[in-house]
Amino acid sequence: MARVLVGVKRVIDYAVKIRVKPDKTGVVTEGVKHSMNPFDEIAIEEAVRMKEKKFAQEVIAVSCGPAQSQETIRTALAMGADRGIHVEISGPEYESLQPIHVSKILAKLAQEEKADIVLVGKQAIDDDCNQTAQMIAGVLDWPAGTFCSKIEHGQGDLTITREIDGGLETIKIKTPAVLSADLRLNEPRYATLPNIMKAKKKQIKKMTPKDLGVDTSPRIEVVSVEDPPVRQSGSILPDVDTLITKLKEAGHVK
Amino acid sequence: MFSTCSRVLKTNANFASILHRFESTLVIAEHNNEILSPITQNALAAATKIGGDITVLVAGTKCSSASEALTKAPGVAKVIVAEGDAFKGFTPESITPLVLATHKQLNFSHIIAGASAFGKALLPRIAAKLDVSPASDVIEIKSPDTFVRTIYAGNAVQTIKMKDNVKIISVRGTAFKPVSTEGGSAKIETAPAGDYKCNLVEFIKQELSKSDRPELASAKVVVSGGRGLKSGENFQILYTLADKLNAAVGASRAAVDAGYVPNDMQVGQTGKIVAPDLYIAVGISGAIQHLAGMKDSKTIVAINKDPDAPIFQVADYGLVADLFKVVPEMNEKL
Repeated sequence: MARVLVGVKRVIDYAVKIRVKPDKTGVVTEGVKHSMNPFDEIAIEEAVRMKEKKFAQEVIAVSCGPAQSQETIRTALAMGADRGIHVEISGPEYESLQPIHVSKILAKLAQEEKADIVLVGKQAIDDDCNQTAQMIAGVLDWPAGTFCSKIEHGQGDLTITREIDGGLETIKIKTPAVLSADLRLNEPRYATLPNIMKAKKKQIKKMTPKDLGVDTSPRIEVVSVEDPPVRQSGSILPDVDTLITKLKEAGHVK
Repeated sequence: MFSTCSRVLKTNANFASILHRFESTLVIAEHNNEILSPITQNALAAATKIGGDITVLVAGTKCSSASEALTKAPGVAKVIVAEGDAFKGFTPESITPLVLATHKQLNFSHIIAGASAFGKALLPRIAAKLDVSPASDVIEIKSPDTFVRTIYAGNAVQTIKMKDNVKIISVRGTAFKPVSTEGGSAKIETAPAGDYKCNLVEFIKQELSKSDRPELASAKVVVSGGRGLKSGENFQILYTLADKLNAAVGASRAAVDAGYVPNDMQVGQTGKIVAPDLYIAVGISGAIQHLAGMKDSKTIVAINKDPDAPIFQVADYGLVADLFKVVPEMNEKL
C-alpha cells in the first residue's frame, strides 16, 4: 500500500478582494482571512479517498510557511490526513519562497518518508505559478501526472485523466509519481466537529529547510507589486437595438 | 587593495552586460503533429522582445508541417527538429531530456514556451533539472531579466527580476501579438541524438472536443455562458449567437461544474485566459476567478438580469435583462 505525501499551502481566502500595499512591495496579508489553497483541499480529499479505498496506508500533510501554516495542516488532519509536517519558514525568507524551494523540500521529504505518491494542487491561487508538482517530479526524476481530473490505481502504476487545452488526455504512469489536482478531480469534504477535535491529537512534526539541507535563498527578486489597470466604467444600454448599434459603431459587428 | 577589488567587480559587471547583449533564446514549439499551435507564434513574439538569436525546437512523432511553418517565421535563426516515437503524446518526461541536450549544446540564455497546458506541464520540469526558478504566464518583457506577470487571479501585477543564468518563462499568449509565419528563412537542423523515451510514462489517448468554431484562446470574439443558462440545451442560443459572430464559446466555472459544457471551455484563473476584441458574458455574475480570464478583452458586453452583478463593473456595455429574451432577439437581428 502506498504512502501519500500531500503539499498544502495557506493562502489568502479565494473570496477576499486583495489590496496592494501602498509601498508596492506586495499585497496586504495581515488581518486578512486565510485558508487552505482550494486545489490543495482537492489534493487532500483525493489522498484520503485513496486511503478509504485501501490504496494508501498513510497520508502525510506538509506545509511550508509561518507558524499559522499549522492551522492549514490541522485542517488537512481534520479532513483525514494521518499526520503533519510543518516546515517552518517565516519573515523575509517566506516572502521570497518560491516553488523551486518548496519542490526541493517536498522532494526531500518524499524520500525521507518513503512516499510513493506526492500529491499537490495544480496551482496556488496567490502566486498562480503552477510549477510545484512539475518541479518535484523533476527533482526526483519521477513521472508527473499534472492537472488530474481522474486517478485510477493499478499495480505499480496509475492511469490518469488530465485536463488539457482541447479536452482530456489519458496517460499511464509508474509509481512513485507526482500528481497535481485539477478542480474537477473531486468535491472536498467538510471537516466535521468531531474530526476537528480528533485532529488536535494528531502529530505535527516541526522542521526547517536547513534540517532538510535545502537552500531557500531567493532566485527571483520582486521589483514591485501594483494594482492592475482599472477599466473605464461602461454604460447600461436600454435594449438590444442600442447594443447592436454600439457594436456596429465599434466595428465588432458588420 | 580596495581599488583592485572594485576594478575587478567593474570588469565583471561589464562582462555581464556584454553577455546580456548576446541573448539566445530557445522557443519550444507546440503543435499536434499536423499543425503549429498559434500560441507558439505568441511565444516567438516574446522571444523577439528579448532580442538576440532565436532557435525553435520542434519535437513530436511528425514534425514536418510545424517545422516547415516555423522556418518562415521572421526572426527565427534555426529550427531544431526531433522526430520520433519517444515524443508520442508530447510528454514532459521525454521532451525534458531533449531540451537539456539541446541546451547543453547551444547554451541558451532563455527558454520560452506558451503558457498552455503543454507549456505549463513542461517548463517547470526543465527548470528543476537546470536548478533555476521559472516564471509562469509572463505578460510583459521589460528587459532580458525583468518580467511582468499577474498574481492573485489578475488582481495584482508583479514585476520580477530573475537572477538565475537561464531564464525559463512561459508567456501568456494573449499578451503578445503573434509573429507571422511568412518572410523568414530559418535553416532546419536535427536535434542532438539521444534516447529520449521515458518508460515511466505511457501516452494512452486524447479525447478532444470537436468544434468548427474558432479556438477559444485566440478567437477575436468570444460568447460565454454561465449558471444563468440553466441547462446544457439552453447553450444552443449561445452557439447560434457565436455562429453569427464567428465567435468561440466559453463558459464560467459554474456552467462547467453544472455539466452544461465540457471543462476545456472554462474561462478564468484556472481555465483559459482570453483577450478577444469582443467578449459577451451571458448569465455570468463575474466572480473574481472568472474576471481573471477575460478582463483584458477590448470590449466587454454583459447580459444579466441582476443589475448588481459584478460583471457590470468591468463591462463596457451592459444589458440588464432576461437572457432568454435578449439573446434570441440578438440572434434574429444580427
